[in-house]
Amino acid sequence: MQPAIAVRELTKTYAEGAASVPALRGVDLEVHPGELVMLVGPSGSGKTTLLSIMGCILSPTSGSVRIAGKETGQMTEKELPQIRLEHIGFVFQGFNLFPTLTAGENVELMLDLKGVRGPAAARRAQELLAQVGLGGKYASFPSDLSGGQKQRVAIARALAGDPEIVLADEPTASLDSHTGRTVMEMMRDLAHERGRAVVIVTHDARVMEFADRTIRIEDGLIAPSAGESASGRDVPLEHIRPHFGEYVHNWLTPQPAQ
Amino acid sequence: MPPLARRNLFHDKIRLTVTLTGIVFAVVLIVVELGLFVGFTVTTSSLVDHSGADLWVTSKHVPYVELGVPFSERKLYQVRAVPGVADAQKLIVRWTDWKRPDGRQESVQIVGINPDDPMPMPWNLVAGSVADLKKPDAVIMDEVYKEKLGVKELGELFEIRGKRARIVGFTRGIRSFTTSPYVFATFKRAQEYASINDDQTVFILVKVAPGADLKQVQANIADSVKDVEVFTSSEFSRMTQFYWMFTTGAGVAVLLAAVLGLVVGFVVVAQTIYATTMDHLKEFGTLKAMGAPNRYVYKVILTQAAISAVLGYALGMVVSAFVVHASQKGGAAILLPWQMAIGMFFLTLLMCTGAALVSISKVTRLDPAMVFKG
Repeated sequence: MQPAIAVRELTKTYAEGAASVPALRGVDLEVHPGELVMLVGPSGSGKTTLLSIMGCILSPTSGSVRIAGKETGQMTEKELPQIRLEHIGFVFQGFNLFPTLTAGENVELMLDLKGVRGPAAARRAQELLAQVGLGGKYASFPSDLSGGQKQRVAIARALAGDPEIVLADEPTASLDSHTGRTVMEMMRDLAHERGRAVVIVTHDARVMEFADRTIRIEDGLIAPSAGESASGRDVPLEHIRPHFGEYVHNWLTPQPAQ
Repeated sequence: MPPLARRNLFHDKIRLTVTLTGIVFAVVLIVVELGLFVGFTVTTSSLVDHSGADLWVTSKHVPYVELGVPFSERKLYQVRAVPGVADAQKLIVRWTDWKRPDGRQESVQIVGINPDDPMPMPWNLVAGSVADLKKPDAVIMDEVYKEKLGVKELGELFEIRGKRARIVGFTRGIRSFTTSPYVFATFKRAQEYASINDDQTVFILVKVAPGADLKQVQANIADSVKDVEVFTSSEFSRMTQFYWMFTTGAGVAVLLAAVLGLVVGFVVVAQTIYATTMDHLKEFGTLKAMGAPNRYVYKVILTQAAISAVLGYALGMVVSAFVVHASQKGGAAILLPWQMAIGMFFLTLLMCTGAALVSISKVTRLDPAMVFKG
């Protein structure tokens, strides 16, 4: 099966004044449809850079990036938005909902970008919100929603583009444990039941059990200890714990339900 | 398309108030400064522009209408004899002194006309008629100068250079650029009020015969009549405007104020629109991450700017109308002709969208990493 995402010998170097700072130093990675992959590692290790390049919002310095079989590494600034629109959905740590639009309109915005407008867009937005358990929240503004509800709206919005790939950056970091689990169950369903390739950058040890595969990034490289989860190869908890101390603490501390 | 631009503007009422206040301030500032400039320009040459004449005959080296030098009125007959001249009339414009009832002296400009002439002076009469000037000692003045000249009502008597003057009419909106109001009288009476010899005039106003070539008639008069200069009304109007504009500090100051008004107005609008865009920078970054092409984001920003421009313009013009109306009763003429009102709309739109374009460049250079940070 063709991978949804395939990166080869990927490097990214940032210029800081006269100095060059390597963020990625030769990363090879494939993510297949139906797979939920987590990128973990310490801050500054290159996770978000890798996610940004896979999301086609950042160009690599060198290497190959194939999204749904299309080589995007050398695409122009004008071509990349089309790839994002056609193939990729994003879920952000801070939800990134448009505060001046209702939940339904937030979803409709994505549909509008895909060319679906008018009553058809409103119907589809309603359906998507219902799928994430927010059928009655179409007219609610983000400020009237809880953190978990906001993230579910963001997931509905990501799904509105019907993407093969969903990239999420710390999707549970702003949520309590119960809500975080609910969101992660949705992300897992996206992969396992809908066949999406899901990549999640996280520091949150609470959600590791949902990963099919966990990739640890250190100093711009995939660390040799990377493995799979219960459904595949595993990353031993002792490898993860040093990076997630505060989250493990949170995980063990019961949080109020959303 | 979900109403993102409109919601971005209207969702935060405080932000909306700040945005509109900035644009309204800019609109009012520009309208007042440009209105003063237009008022200045129109006022300096209003006598020439309202004369209804095609040509002005003056003595040599007269730089503007208020500085005419008397010459023999026999030249009137020479002018009338020139081919292509349909009619010619004498006109006096001359500084003189007005004595108020309390004894205080005021400077005025006496304008001597022939009341039987179809020449449209004085214009905008709100009390009395031009024919009333044929009554003994009759004068007509503008109502805006009543207080300055100590006038309360029609029929009151005053002195102009020691000679009796009776108010028989009031005009509205005939302002003098200088501090000396225009006072209209018959040509004969004006000669007395201005101490001009009874065989002299200051100007000759010419109406060209229908079908005659204006420039040719102008040249014919210059050739036939000695020691005079002949200008078309538009030439003499421009000369008068140019004199006040560029040889007096007042004109340059008004011009500079108008230019500064434009610059300051643009800066205020630019700051306001820029700040509005920056408030939503994260959202525009999200839009781009979602795959929106740049033109989609630009459309949102430009729509925001255009809505702001329309609202700011409408409110600004309401405030400006009050200011302009109030100025009619004061000493400074602020004019708001319809051409300026329309031009101001497009200028506001241009300023807002121009400022939006500046902020768009910021959106274009958004750091992609920002969308991946909470």
